[in-house]
Amino acid sequence: MKKGFIRINSELCKGGGLCIAACPKGSIRIRNKLNIRGYHPAEYTEKEKSKNRKCTGCALCAIICPDIAIEVFRD
Amino acid sequence: MAKQVFTRPKALKDNIFHYCPGCGHSIIHRLLAEVIDELGIRDKTVGVPPAGCAVLAYNYIDVDMGEAPHGRAIAVATGIKRTRPDLIVFTYQGDGDIAAIGTAETIHAANRGERLSAIFVNNGVYGMTGGQMAPTTLLGQTTTTSPGGRLPLRDGFPLDLSQMLAVADGSVYIERTAVTSPKNIIKTKRAIKKAFQVQMDDLGFALVEILSQCPINWKLSPVDACKWVEEEVVKSYPLGVIKDTTQAQNRMDRMKRGKRAKT
Repeated sequence: MKKGFIRINSELCKGGGLCIAACPKGSIRIRNKLNIRGYHPAEYTEKEKSKNRKCTGCALCAIICPDIAIEVFRD
Repeated sequence: MAKQVFTRPKALKDNIFHYCPGCGHSIIHRLLAEVIDELGIRDKTVGVPPAGCAVLAYNYIDVDMGEAPHGRAIAVATGIKRTRPDLIVFTYQGDGDIAAIGTAETIHAANRGERLSAIFVNNGVYGMTGGQMAPTTLLGQTTTTSPGGRLPLRDGFPLDLSQMLAVADGSVYIERTAVTSPKNIIKTKRAIKKAFQVQMDDLGFALVEILSQCPINWKLSPVDACKWVEEEVVKSYPLGVIKDTTQAQNRMDRMKRGKRAKT
């Protein structure tokens, strides 16, 4: 299985949580800290370079993100 | 080396969307921008945004835009298309715009077979003004002007505009989709692309009705709002292709010679 990773721009995110419901691997969660506009943004829980990360770069989170806050990379 | 597989489309400006968290409008803006990028028509596309939540669409989609009075987007788009037939003209309208105040010109534009692509975003309430009841509101749905739920004897029935337009001979392609899950979003993108393709092939009127979620005015979380569309709204507005006569061989003949199509 190919590996990938995502980058979430926390300042664009409005914390709708649609990506969390869409992620088949459960690699996204809501961050405790607020962003500059007062939302709790989503946060990627894995490390970009880690070898045992679950993200496959399927981009489902990015497709459903209304604010285009997610960029997806695939190895 | 990691390869980027998803990023912001080029036809979208860098502005942050003003829409509420979880709103379907911003997804549809992105799909439109992706389609415009893929077809390579950014320099000859003109959009007509509505009055409603998407009134500021010109802040986001990087094509020429001409703002229309409330409900008159199709009429303005007709004017643009008739004076400059080489342009690709799309309208972007909510249900309060196309299905309430603008029904008359919409039906006649479809009947004349204007070569336009209409994007109809249906969320069942008047979102911008605070969630009042719209003609497309479901039976029993609670809004600020129907606090006990919509009653058919008092408030009438939900208006299915896409079915109405499908009856008109001039309409070529009408599909209803949703933006509630990645699968539906990909289908919506395909539908929007086809609506643009129909216009580029000079076939007739194309409309994509998109069931969008309005979490704030429905008083649901974004995830629950998506679920509500998939479980309840689709009962009144079933998804799928409503009309597709793009394959009809005699369509062009009919357009030119004024004969009725055998569809």
